[in-house]
Amino acid sequence: MNKIALAQRLWPALLVAAMLVALWWWLVRATHSVIFPTPWQVLAAMAELARDGTLWEHIGASLLRVGAGFALAVCFAIPLGLWMGWVQGAYITLNPLFQILRPISPIAWIPIAILWFGVGNASPIFLIFISSMFPMIVQTVAGVHTIERRYLRAAENFGVSRYTLFRQVVIPAVLPQIIVGMRIGLGVAWLVVVAAEMIALHSGLGYLIIDSRNAGNRYDLVIAGMIIIGLIGLSLDGMMRLLEGHRLVRWRYAH
Amino acid sequence: MPTKIVVDRITKSFGSDQGALAVVDDISFAVGDGEVVALVGPSGCGKTTLMNIVAGFEKPDSGSIHIDGAPQLKPSKQGILISQHGSVFPWLNVQQNLMFGLNGHACDDKQGLADHYAALVGLQGFESNYPHELSGGMLKRAELARALVVKPEILYMDEPFSALDALMNLRMRNELLRVLAEERHTVLLITHDVEEAIHLADRVLVLSALPARIKASFEVTMAHPRKLSSRYVQDLRVAILRELGVYNEGE
Repeated sequence: MNKIALAQRLWPALLVAAMLVALWWWLVRATHSVIFPTPWQVLAAMAELARDGTLWEHIGASLLRVGAGFALAVCFAIPLGLWMGWVQGAYITLNPLFQILRPISPIAWIPIAILWFGVGNASPIFLIFISSMFPMIVQTVAGVHTIERRYLRAAENFGVSRYTLFRQVVIPAVLPQIIVGMRIGLGVAWLVVVAAEMIALHSGLGYLIIDSRNAGNRYDLVIAGMIIIGLIGLSLDGMMRLLEGHRLVRWRYAH
Repeated sequence: MPTKIVVDRITKSFGSDQGALAVVDDISFAVGDGEVVALVGPSGCGKTTLMNIVAGFEKPDSGSIHIDGAPQLKPSKQGILISQHGSVFPWLNVQQNLMFGLNGHACDDKQGLADHYAALVGLQGFESNYPHELSGGMLKRAELARALVVKPEILYMDEPFSALDALMNLRMRNELLRVLAEERHTVLLITHDVEEAIHLADRVLVLSALPARIKASFEVTMAHPRKLSSRYVQDLRVAILRELGVYNEGE
């Protein structure tokens, strides 16, 4: 995409954003609110956080928890999903259990997480693990179930070993779906880390928000935190989207 | 000519709401070593089911298949199935696809063998291309080459070229004949295209509508290369179409 085309794509969204900021500014002025900050105050708050270094600490803490919980979930969910997709017995045994656990909001796990893991880093990591695991299992299983039979038949026809079957047919065929699952999982993980940090911890972007409110109604910091969460979430999704362009899965999106 | 494939009284039916639907009804035939036999029949007559049974992917309800005298119980590299929609793996490039069947082979030069067959079907220079970068005809060549690499004795071809346009279809037939002249495979070909059957086969078996039965058998005695516009081919075509019940004298 060249620069002009990119600009043409972006300007409507940027225009809406600019209008919202203008409306926000006008509303704060018009209502003479003393608590709700103006966009400028939010920007100043962000600059303040960035200058004294606490912003980076909070971002680092949140990303570390997401990274750990998500990595654990990937290591657990993808092999499990492949197994459940491939072995019918595993599917009919485990799928009902996961279907019951899946609709439970990760927030509902917070008391149990605190009970089991205390108020340290392990609790949010556990919550992220729990919440991002399910979409990855579901997508991986669906990926295995939708492998076209002609490919499995070809593998059967050539009489390849189980190892080759998995390495050259099943896993590459499912990989696009796994990446979709990872994208959903990481999105959920980012939602959950903020919620988890609001309750139990002393660092992270969720803590920043709740602490700013508790420590003297610093709504400029609250909104600054929200905007930063949004921007980081967007870049995490962007990174997962890059995976969709990877050589190994490009075939799926080529048509 | 020794006998390669013996199909002995096979039947197959599928369960449906109205009871069992007979799809293949008491079919017997034999294919000689190196012979090309075409099965023609109307669409939906159970040809594909028959092919899947002969190739070992499905079990018949009764009857048996023997290859070289041994019962055919499951698919093997001895006979490779090439189907209408193809099964070239989209996530592997041409060379990886061709080498796929060589896994587990005690072979020194898999890559060399793969490249040899890529060249044989006219795919040299495309070894590192992915299937989505190839045209329909090239994809068929890749599929054919992947089958040939494992040196199968039998090629099971189920409507192999029917997804191609008429021109590419004709070109692929000529390619196949060229390959068969070089490496004598036994071929069982399923098609609904009577001209294709006459062009390629030594013998044409005509199947009835559902359930599939063998209605008639025609020897194609003409030597290759076959001139499709010749009187012989045209007369044979009319005779086969008449068996299929679609030829109208006024045409």
